[in-house]
Formats: sequence, structure tokens, C-alpha cells
Amino acid sequence: MRYSGLRVIAEALTGHKGWKPVWRDPAPQPDYDIVIVGGGGHGLATAYYLAKEFGQKRIAVLEKGWLGSGNVGRNTTIIRSNYLLDGNEPFYEFSLRLWEGLEQDFNYNAMVSQRGIINLIHTDAQRDAFTRRGNAMILNGADAELLDQAQVRAMYPFLNFDNARFPIKGALMQRRGGTVRHDAVAWGYARGADSRGVDLIQNCEVTGMRIAGGRILGLETTRGFIGARKVGVAVAGSSSRVMAHAGLRLPIESHALQAFVSEGLKPFIDGVMTFGAGHFYVSQSDKGGLVFGGDIDGYNSYAARGNLPVIEDVAEGGMALMPAIGRARLLRIWGGIMDMSMDGSPIIDRTPVEGLYFNGGWCYGGFKATPASGWCFAHLLARDEPHPTARAYRFDRFLRGLMIDEKGQGAQPNLH
Amino acid sequence: MTQTHRLAGGQIDRSRTLRFSFDGLPYLGHPGDTLASALLANGVRLMGRSFKYHRPRGPLSAGSEEPNALVELRGGARREPNTRATVVELFDGLEAASQNRWPSLRLDALAINDRLSSFFAAGFYYKTFMWPAAFWEKVYEPLIRHAAGLGSLSGAEDPDSYDKGFRHCDLLVIGAGPAGLMAALTAGRAGARVILADEDFRMGGRLNAETFAVGGMAGADWAAAAVAELGALPNVRLMTRTTVFGAFDDGIFGALERVSDHLPEPLPGRPRQTLWRIYARRAILAAGATERPIAFENNDRPGIMLAGSLRAYANRWGVAAGSRVAIFTNNADGLRSAIDLQAAGVEVAAVIDARPDAPPDAPPLPGIRHLRGAEVIDSAGRLGLRAVTLRHANGRTEVLRVDALGVSGGWNPNVNITSHHGSRPVWDPAIAAFVPGAGGPRGLVAAGAAAGALSTHGALAGGQAAALAVLGDLGLGARAEALPEAEDAPVSIVPKWHVGDGRGRAWIDQQNDVTVKDVVLAHQENFTSAEHLKRYTTLGMATDQGKTGNVIGLAVMAELTGRTIAETGTTVYRPPYTPVALGALAGRSRGPEFKPVRRTPSHVWAAEQGAVFVEVGMWLRTQWVPRPGETHWRESVDREVLATRRSVGICDVTTLGKIDIQGTDAGAFLDRIYCNTFSTLPIGKCRYGLMLREDGMVFDDGTTARMGEHEFVMTTTTANAVTVFRHLEYCRQVLWPEMDVQIISTTEAWAQFSVAGPNARRLLARIVDQDISDAAFPYMAAGEVTIGGLRARLFRISFSGEEGYEIAVPARYGDALIRRLMAEGRDFDAVVYGTEALGVMRVEKGHVAGNEINGQSSALNMGLGRMVSRKKDAIGVVLSQREGMVDPGGYRLVGVRPVDPAGRLVAGSHLLEQGAAAVIANDLGWLTSKVFSPHLGSDIALAYLRGGEGRIGQRLRAVNLLARPATETLVEITSPHFLDPEGERLRG
Amino acid sequence: MIIPHPLLGPRDAQEFVYLGDASLMNRPDGMTAGIEAFHDWLYQRDNPAGIHRELWYHEQGDRSWLVVTRNTLTHEILGAELARDVARAMGRTK
Repeated sequence: MRYSGLRVIAEALTGHKGWKPVWRDPAPQPDYDIVIVGGGGHGLATAYYLAKEFGQKRIAVLEKGWLGSGNVGRNTTIIRSNYLLDGNEPFYEFSLRLWEGLEQDFNYNAMVSQRGIINLIHTDAQRDAFTRRGNAMILNGADAELLDQAQVRAMYPFLNFDNARFPIKGALMQRRGGTVRHDAVAWGYARGADSRGVDLIQNCEVTGMRIAGGRILGLETTRGFIGARKVGVAVAGSSSRVMAHAGLRLPIESHALQAFVSEGLKPFIDGVMTFGAGHFYVSQSDKGGLVFGGDIDGYNSYAARGNLPVIEDVAEGGMALMPAIGRARLLRIWGGIMDMSMDGSPIIDRTPVEGLYFNGGWCYGGFKATPASGWCFAHLLARDEPHPTARAYRFDRFLRGLMIDEKGQGAQPNLH
Repeated sequence: MTQTHRLAGGQIDRSRTLRFSFDGLPYLGHPGDTLASALLANGVRLMGRSFKYHRPRGPLSAGSEEPNALVELRGGARREPNTRATVVELFDGLEAASQNRWPSLRLDALAINDRLSSFFAAGFYYKTFMWPAAFWEKVYEPLIRHAAGLGSLSGAEDPDSYDKGFRHCDLLVIGAGPAGLMAALTAGRAGARVILADEDFRMGGRLNAETFAVGGMAGADWAAAAVAELGALPNVRLMTRTTVFGAFDDGIFGALERVSDHLPEPLPGRPRQTLWRIYARRAILAAGATERPIAFENNDRPGIMLAGSLRAYANRWGVAAGSRVAIFTNNADGLRSAIDLQAAGVEVAAVIDARPDAPPDAPPLPGIRHLRGAEVIDSAGRLGLRAVTLRHANGRTEVLRVDALGVSGGWNPNVNITSHHGSRPVWDPAIAAFVPGAGGPRGLVAAGAAAGALSTHGALAGGQAAALAVLGDLGLGARAEALPEAEDAPVSIVPKWHVGDGRGRAWIDQQNDVTVKDVVLAHQENFTSAEHLKRYTTLGMATDQGKTGNVIGLAVMAELTGRTIAETGTTVYRPPYTPVALGALAGRSRGPEFKPVRRTPSHVWAAEQGAVFVEVGMWLRTQWVPRPGETHWRESVDREVLATRRSVGICDVTTLGKIDIQGTDAGAFLDRIYCNTFSTLPIGKCRYGLMLREDGMVFDDGTTARMGEHEFVMTTTTANAVTVFRHLEYCRQVLWPEMDVQIISTTEAWAQFSVAGPNARRLLARIVDQDISDAAFPYMAAGEVTIGGLRARLFRISFSGEEGYEIAVPARYGDALIRRLMAEGRDFDAVVYGTEALGVMRVEKGHVAGNEINGQSSALNMGLGRMVSRKKDAIGVVLSQREGMVDPGGYRLVGVRPVDPAGRLVAGSHLLEQGAAAVIANDLGWLTSKVFSPHLGSDIALAYLRGGEGRIGQRLRAVNLLARPATETLVEITSPHFLDPEGERLRG
Repeated sequence: MIIPHPLLGPRDAQEFVYLGDASLMNRPDGMTAGIEAFHDWLYQRDNPAGIHRELWYHEQGDRSWLVVTRNTLTHEILGAELARDVARAMGRTK
């Protein structure tokens, strides 16, 4: 069924009787052409684009929990394409362009809101680096602006301009950056995939992979064996666990990233902001909560929670930047498990097992990548060749010395 | 007398009267009141508006679970939005205002939303506002954002301070109700170090709100006696007004103490709140239970509250929330409210008991109508309850004129903290509630009502048993003393979650306006898992985190799906238990104190000269030192550069990392650390060293001197002083423990100054005791010297390209040394130069620094590929040979000059061929560092350029597309060594 | 988290800096091993959900590098040893 304002009015006047389930709950078929493991944002987007853009049939998505329970269900909702490196920027710009048309494409209001993102500048060296980056963005067809202190002050007069340990000297701004209602992304893709015949199978955990002669035959699951011609794994956070079923080790560690939301407040912060002198980023949701985050906890974890030192560190960054939030209250903390890759950039690639494909290593940046990740993974699965914007996301880039290291931290995933 | 609803009794101090105001109107209350109890005493029950429909709301509860009575407390910069009136301790002069309403609380324009509620069903916004696409940011979203949110921030800096502290104990008891008090008494008497924390300002928990006897005395008196005994034990610490909000790993708990929130403002020198990190060997969660309502149509009017809260207001605060009340219950506890209220002199119209077979008046209800099998189906009253409609067991309906209704749907154990580590609560049908599941935080057990023991006796016994188990664990002997006598009434409950068929609006989450209808719609649309229900309807996502509503929502969904509640599941509670001010989590780390400040030994002297300082990591360094008459920073910097190159300049370089490396394998160790060789370095010499990361990228650089056969002194960059030292420890302990190497950081031990320029040696010769002639102390010499007998280290090295030295003295002599150097330097017109001039001179010389050592660049990129020795095993050498890193067309460091000397360069500009379009495919590189060279009279820059060496002499465009309008400058690619490429100046 | 330092007793994890999997101790010999061996050692991880041996550095303490055994599912720490002792036990002696 098609959603629209008229439909909402019609249903409101007739007691909401006509709303249909957003997705079916089908029993798994014995086999599929393509099985996507992981019903988070990337897996659902992959299935959606496989069906819609690449003409594929007989597709299933297996989700061990509930749809959208991946990191699409717990993140700080930011979208942007303000990357520096050639391997990344075209991909994230492609993603941002997909975001811009997404709601009309899948007929679901995911509240894609381009209220702008600024990265604050505190030193001359940061300005130099952001100038390089902003130019790279524009060369890639994205938008970027360099703001001076006065321009930042005009936008956010309540930032600590006058009594700060690290004065604000300006900002790199991307006006097309913003936020998206994260759960709605999962639901919109799920609804769109389901309506195109994709079987979305919840509570179905992969417990093994059947591989013979170097080729994948299907998956052992908690709901029985499911045959597949091709399998795409998109389970960031659990990538190593799932790929271990194929005997593969990955250039990835799992780390817990905490995220935070305050009590609802009247509009205070319009866009998205990142603090350049501490690891802190913040926006305000349409509901009024300040949504913010900082560093990962820093040690390998699958526990989906973190500890006080990082909570305090994030609050310190927030207070250093915005002394007016002292009396706002932290409402909820949650932890997500990140696939931290060795250079901070993702992987979308074939594996040594024929028919088995991998999508992961998203570090902090998985949410904003969701549409392009789904599109590019679908491209790879359907055509067996990488999408032009995702060509650099190969496993062998580490062996060949072609790392995509935005931060220049080297092979230490917890620093990316 | 304004306190029209004040009863006799209660734990308030009637000898003192407090004045306060709400929405500008003055009221009176007493010490011991909360804002909510005092407003109720004054007959005020309309305290807020709901989030979505702006429905009029009064308090639902008398505690921290409150969803409705949220106010903006205090004014000015101290304004606190979303503050629960039910936990605000009344103080004289308190000011509060209602929020999320316009123009007034009684007349709120957005209450129109309530009339339009059928258009605002759960998730409606996902289905509309999509056309036209550009309208979202411009029209729809601004309207939504404006309407959303609850209270407002003041926008001004929080004037109060916050502290942080650590506390340690054997046993942390969370909650000071009967279970917590009994646990603390048991452990405290046995000598354990106990911390007892309670969110309330009066310990005792429910005992303060009940009329039960404990040990033959009033429960509140027993609690007071227990608190007094505990207070006298030296091994017990009582923390009132302290909420334990989260359990973290290894027995570390986060707790917020509201030190000053009960005062108009903090006393001088006192924080507003303190964040405690409590390290506990064991913990007992005795957080009690929270009552939940039953959903029925229009069950959210001011005057409808939890039955236990209704009696708490009467018993603890001497307040009648209404003059004629009714009780709607599905369990025996509801009857207690009727009895207590009647005893307090409030007329009780009826007990509407949803249990068809409620046991005969247990407890007895003297003279009160007890309507078994009846239920409330609706209510009336726009700004406050006027009447309820009930349906008798026989189907007959009746309108009951009451102005307050107490509702009890049973009690939910406060399991929240037990699930902070992912443990899921389990369903206990005996009490129709979730109780703690297995696998909670290690060392934490729940006791009393929090564990599902809902009687007073059960709480006392549970607290004692839990404490005895802990004492046994910790090896502290204790015996079970006789428990004080207390009621042990069974929980007689027949689950009842909502009334009606789901067509009317029956509220579940009162703050977020989630009704049974919304759950029905979520089910219809297949959002049936607990998480989908929560996220689609926003159930439980309000500031109360669903403490009263979540279970009802799950139960309704269970009904709809035909699953059990246990199968429907529960969402996991996450910290914090109740919301925590961000200021408290940040503590003192804000403003200028956000991070520590490191000052150099010449800081005081430089400040006296009027130096401008700049943040470099934690350090403050001299950026330049303006002289009188200089109006632009460039004048100062140009002067410093020219004076240094002409005569002599001095720069504080103490911030560079300094590491002493000693041991018989020190030379061999450095061979592995640096990609170039150090074991061959003669004693008394220094060498530039390049350190790689294992992935082949440049990690750091600096000069390292050999002071003896087995003694080296390493310098690192300022930025990497800490990480290089960590790396050396790693290599020494983890990779090559067989090597005999000791290291120690001496960054803080030595004050170090660079002295550079044609007159550098002449100046130093005046203060150094030894012969430092070119023959005695040639280029790259290093050694120990003395200055008037004071030990010092001298290195003949240069970053500026001039004949240069670095001289180091023990840090405490740094101030004396700069004064001495400047005094002796007067004859040479010596200047101090700051980081800007340093930057100019290093770019003129083509030396790499932070902008080039960016973690993404190899030795080859920097033009230093020949330093990477393949003759030995050193960190990073193998992987620096990967194909992608030896690409001949890759980035190389070059110099860039504008063809027109007046042309401007901007660092970060990209390089393109002349005539090539500004698209990424034509991108050749970027300017890493740019300075104005007073020596060359033009801007110059370093750049990473693809195939750089082969392009020297070419003309390219440097474009800055960020400039408005975009700029481009025609540039010539040069060697990065702009000045004295042969190094003749260095050698003097 | 609290790390049981073998010399100093229980210490708050805040005092430490984390590096990663203790397999990083097994650095190949740069004179004999090639790019592939270094790649596998530096980049590939088991990343187990469960028991993990990992390197922590007591930066705000005695500067010891430790091998800590910890459960990544529960954060429970099962033990800590001096990395130097572990390395020597693996044959890294003169």
C-alpha cells in the first residue's frame, strides 16, 4: 500500500482499519538465489536494491533478532559525506545522494533532514587539514564551506567562544549533512523489500555455513538449513563471528561504542556539530533529545555496553563545547558493537569462498553509508563486480599497501 | 491558609513555613514537602502538559518514576527543565514554571492536537510529509521541532560547579527501604564497610509512606531508628539524596549525590551535585518496586494517580490529593490506600476492585463500598478529575463524582540495574511482574521488593538474607538476628492491564501519549516484537523510561498476539536509572579547565614580554612576541625570522619529547626503532632519525644523540612524546625483552632552547664553560657541558637551517637560562622566536612537521626513502615495500612558489594542471604547509604532489574551492629546500 | 574494569592504554619474513566473542605492558601477566 498524507487522513477518519502489516513473517524457503545475512540497515538496503534495481528474485534476509536490530537501531543518526580520501569520498557522496531521494524512492518518511554539519576548528593545522578536505569534497562533487569564527558564532552563539581551553577558530561545514530517523530507515527498506517479494526472516540465526569444493551451498540456521546460490554477509559488529563459519579471519576487531540521548528539550541545536578538540559530536532530534557520542571504549568487546570513563569523557567534551547544557539531563546510554577495521574504512568484497560475499568494517560510519552500502553490495552480488564508488573497499588493500586511512592512525582499529 | 488539602500528620515540619511559587503564583509549604506534595496541599493538581497531545496532567506518582509533573525549576541560568515535581525537595523561595505549553498551562494552544489525535496515531509521521521533498526541512520539520521537546535550557552557562569522587566499600546497598536498611544493619553490625545510598532525602523507602508497624513501632519510626544506628557505626556511610544510576564492570557503580539541590543555590564552595564512582566488592539492589496503573479511557486526568502514591501523599506528607476519592485496583494493596485515606479523614467513595473473587475484605474496608468485579471505564473533568464512570460486574454503569482516583495495577520490582549488563528480567506470574533474571552484574544481588518479595516481612527477610550471603562471601562471620515483626500479606492479584476494547484512548505511556490504540495499531502493522513496539510507538522512551508504562504495553501486545508476556519479551533497561545532569558527568573538566595546561620553562618570561601563546596539544607555546608598534602578527613573525637569520634567535623547544635510552643493547635497539641506522653513530654525535609505524608510514622524527657507548638521548616531536615512549616500552618489553635496554622519559626534566643564527655560537660561548668552537664542537656534535658549573646538554642541530644549537638545563633553571641568554644576547640583537617563525624557517628549509607527518605518508612520500635501510630488521621496513607504497607516481614532497611573487597561497589548496577541470580525476595533490618567507619575499608552501620529483620546474594551479569566490594561483613546483639547499649556513 | 596487575594489585583500567590482541607479540623476523607474513600478523584478527588475550599498558602507573585475559562478552577479567614474562616464556631470551 502506498503511504501519503491523504492516506493518513483517510485512515484517521475511518479508525485506522486499513493499515496493512509493513512486512510479512514468511517461513524460510528451502533455498534462495541470494541470502543476505543480517537484517540491519545494510542487509535490508541490499535486499531492497537487489530486488528493485538489479532485478534479482528469490532473495531472503536472515536476522537473528528483530529487523533493524543491527547498528541501524542504535546510532547517532548522522549523515554526511565530508570525507577526505579518494577511496571514501565518492562512495559517501553517492550515499548522500541516495539519502536525498530515499523517502520518495521507498515511500517512507525517514525524516532525512539536511540541517548541516559543522566540524569545528581549533588550530591552524586543523584549518589546513580541513581546507584540504573541503577542497577534496568539492572536487568530488560534494558541498563544503569553510566558516570563520564569526560565522560559527552567528549559528551557535551558545558555544564556548570566550572562555575555552581550546578556542573555536572556525569550522568546516557541509550543508547537505544532517540526520535521519534511524529506525525508519530499517523499516522503510524492509517494507520496500518485502513488497518486492523478499523474504525477511526474523529470529533466524546463522549457526554454520555449508561449503563444498570452495563454494557456498547454504547456511545452517536456527530455523534449519537454507540453501543459497550466493550469500552476502552484512552483520557489522558480529562480522568475525559469522565469517568464522567459513574459516575466515578478518582485518576487523569488535568494539563497543556508547551513544547518548538527553531528555527532550525545546530546540537548541539546529544541525550537527563535531568538537575538534575532544571526541564529541551532537545533534538534536526532532523529538527534542540531544543525541551525542564520543569515542569507543577502546577494548575489544561484544558486550554492547561501556564504562564510566568514556561516559565522563563525552560529557566533558559536551560541557567544554556548550557550557549551557550542564543542567540538561542524560536520559539514556546505549552501546553498539562496531566493526573496527584496520584502517578505519569498510570492506565490500568477494571472499575466497565462491558465492560468499562480505560487507563490514564500518567503524563509526555505518549508518550514513546505509544506502550506498546496500546499493554497492547489491551491485557486487548481482554482477560480481564492484560498484565504481566502492572499488577501493577490498580485502587485499592491506596486503597491497592501499589502505584508506582517513585518520592516519595505522593498523590499530581502536584508534580509528 | 492556602493549604486547603493539608491533613493532619505526616513527616513534615509544620513549625516552619516555606514560600514558593508555581507559574508565578505564591504558595506555602513545609520542610519535608516535595514540590508536588506542596502543590497538592494547596489544591493545585494541574502541573503539566503531555508531549504530543498537550493533555492536562497532574502527578501520577510520588516518586522518581513520575511521567507527568515535569516543571522548569529555578530561573535564570539555573533553570532546570523537565524536573520531576515529585522529587523536588521544597525550599524557601523555590520558583517553578510549567513547560511545553503556550500561552499558559490552563489554556494551551497546542491542546488542539488532542482534538486531532486520530491524525496523530503511532508512527503517522512515517507515512506522510514526503511531498514535496524540499518541504521537509523548510516546513514540516521546523513545525515538528518547534512543537516537540519538553522544557527549555536557559542558554546560559551553568553557574554551578560539580564534583567527582571515588568511594570504596565491601557492600553497597542501593535503596534504604526495609530491605536495604535490614541489609545495611546486618552487614554493618558484622563490621563490613557499608555504603547505603538512597535517592530520597529521607531514608526509609515505603516505610515512610505506610502505616504498617515494624517491630512494634510505626514503620517510619523503625526506619528512623535503623538509620540512627547505622549512622553511629563508623564502618557505615549513609548517602541520602544519592541515586545509584548505573552498574559498570567489576563492581563499579555510578552514583549522583544531589548535594545542594534542596537549597536555593549551593553554599559557597560547595558543588551542586557530586558524581561518585563507588567501588564495591558486593552490592545489594534494594530499590523496591514501582506501582503501575491500569489503562482505561481518559485515565490521564489530573487527580488520577497511583493508589500507593495517593496514600503516600496522605501518610508521608499529610496531603489529600482529593476531597472525595475512589480506588481502582486489581490487587489487595489497593485496598490499603482506601483504608489509609479513610483513616486520614478523606471520604472514600468506593473501591472498584477488578478482581471478581476478591477475598472478603482483606484487609477489612470499614464502611467503604467494595465493588468486586467492577472496572473504571472512563473519566471526566477537563483540567482535573470530576467523575469516573464505572461498570459493575453485572454490566450496569455508574458515574461516581470523585476528584481523585487511585489506581493500582500491581507493583513492578525495580529490576533496572540488574539488567544494565544485558541480563533480561523474567516473568513471575505469582506477582504478575518481571523479576531480576540470571546473569546480572557480577557481585550484585537484588533483595526485597526489587527481587519480587513485596511484603514488609519479605523485604526485611530478603535484605537480611542477602547481607548474610555477602558476608559469607567476604569471609565476615555474622549470624541471623531475629527479624522485627512486620506484615506479610500475600500479593493477591488478578492481572488487569487495560479496560475496554482498545477503541477509546487509554493511556499507557502518559508522557509520550502512547495509548492502547497505538499498541493495537503497532500490532496491526506487525511491529510486534518488544523493540519494534517501543520504537514505533515511542512507548517507554520518555524521561521516565517507561517505569510505569512498559509492562502494560507489553501485556497489551501479548494479548493481541496470543503470546504470553514472557514470550513477548522485555526491553533491556539501560543506564541511567534516572536522568543525570550532564554537568555532573563532566565535573570540573569544563571551560579553561577542560584539559590540563602545560607551560614551558620560559612561559613566565615570555608572558612578561607580552608573548602570544598558542595551544599545542596540552602545551601553551609562544606563538610570537609582538614588539611595540607592531600591529599585525606578520610584522612580528617576519622580524623574528629575519633577526634569527641575520644574527641569532632563541626558541623554547622544551615541549619536544626527550627520552634517555641506556643499556648494552641501546644501539641495536635504536636500529630496530628507527628505519635508519644508529648503532654506528659515534659517541658525542647526533643524527636525524626517522621512525616508522609497522605499516610503513612515518610515525615520528627527531634527533638522537649518543652520549656514551651505551647511552643515547632521543628527541621526539611535541605531538608524539607520549606515544613514542609507549612504543619504545612496547618494543622493549613485548617484542624484544631479550635486549638490555632501559628507557626513561626526561621531557619534563630538561628545559631546552634552540639557539640559531650566524651569531648563535658567539652567544653560547659567553655562557658555556667549555670550548664550543667549530673544531671542538662541529656540526651534529652532542655532549655534556656546564654553564657556570651547572650541568647542561648541548646539541649542535638545526631545524631553522641556520647554524644552530639546542641547549638543555635542568628544568628549574629554564627561566634563569632564558633570562641569561637574552641578557647576553642584547649585544647581538637576539630575539625570541615563536612557533610561527619556527614554522616559517622549517618550511624555508623543507623540513617535514606535523602537517606532513600526518600518519598517511611514508618516508618515500617525504623524499626520505633512502633513509629506510634494508640491511637490518626495523619497525615498518617490510610493509613499507608494498606495491601501493612504492608507486613511482605516488605523492612526493615538493616546494611550491607562486609564479607571481605577490600571489597568495593557502594551505590545503589542491594542485591541478593548467587548464584541467576542477574534478577529482585531475587532482594532483595539495599544499600541506604554507608560510610567507620574508627571505624570499613571497608565500611558499610544501606540497604532496603525485609524481612530484618529475614535476619540479612545472607550472600548476593551486586552487582553493572553499574561498568565496574560489581562488587559484599559478605556481611553480620547486625543490622543497627553498633556502641554502647545500646547508652551508648550518656548518657556520 | 579493574585489572589485577601482577605487581601492583587491582588497578582501574582507566590507568591503562589498550593495544589489542596479544598475538601482536609474535612479530615475524623482518630479515626473513616477507610482506605476506607481516600482513597476516599485523592486520588479521581472530576477534573472538569470549576469551581474549590482549595487551594493556600501564601508562599512568609502572609502565608495564601486560597480557590480560578477558572475556569480551562479559568483560570479566580472568588474569593478567607481565608481557615481558610471557614473551620470555615464548623463547624471547638472549
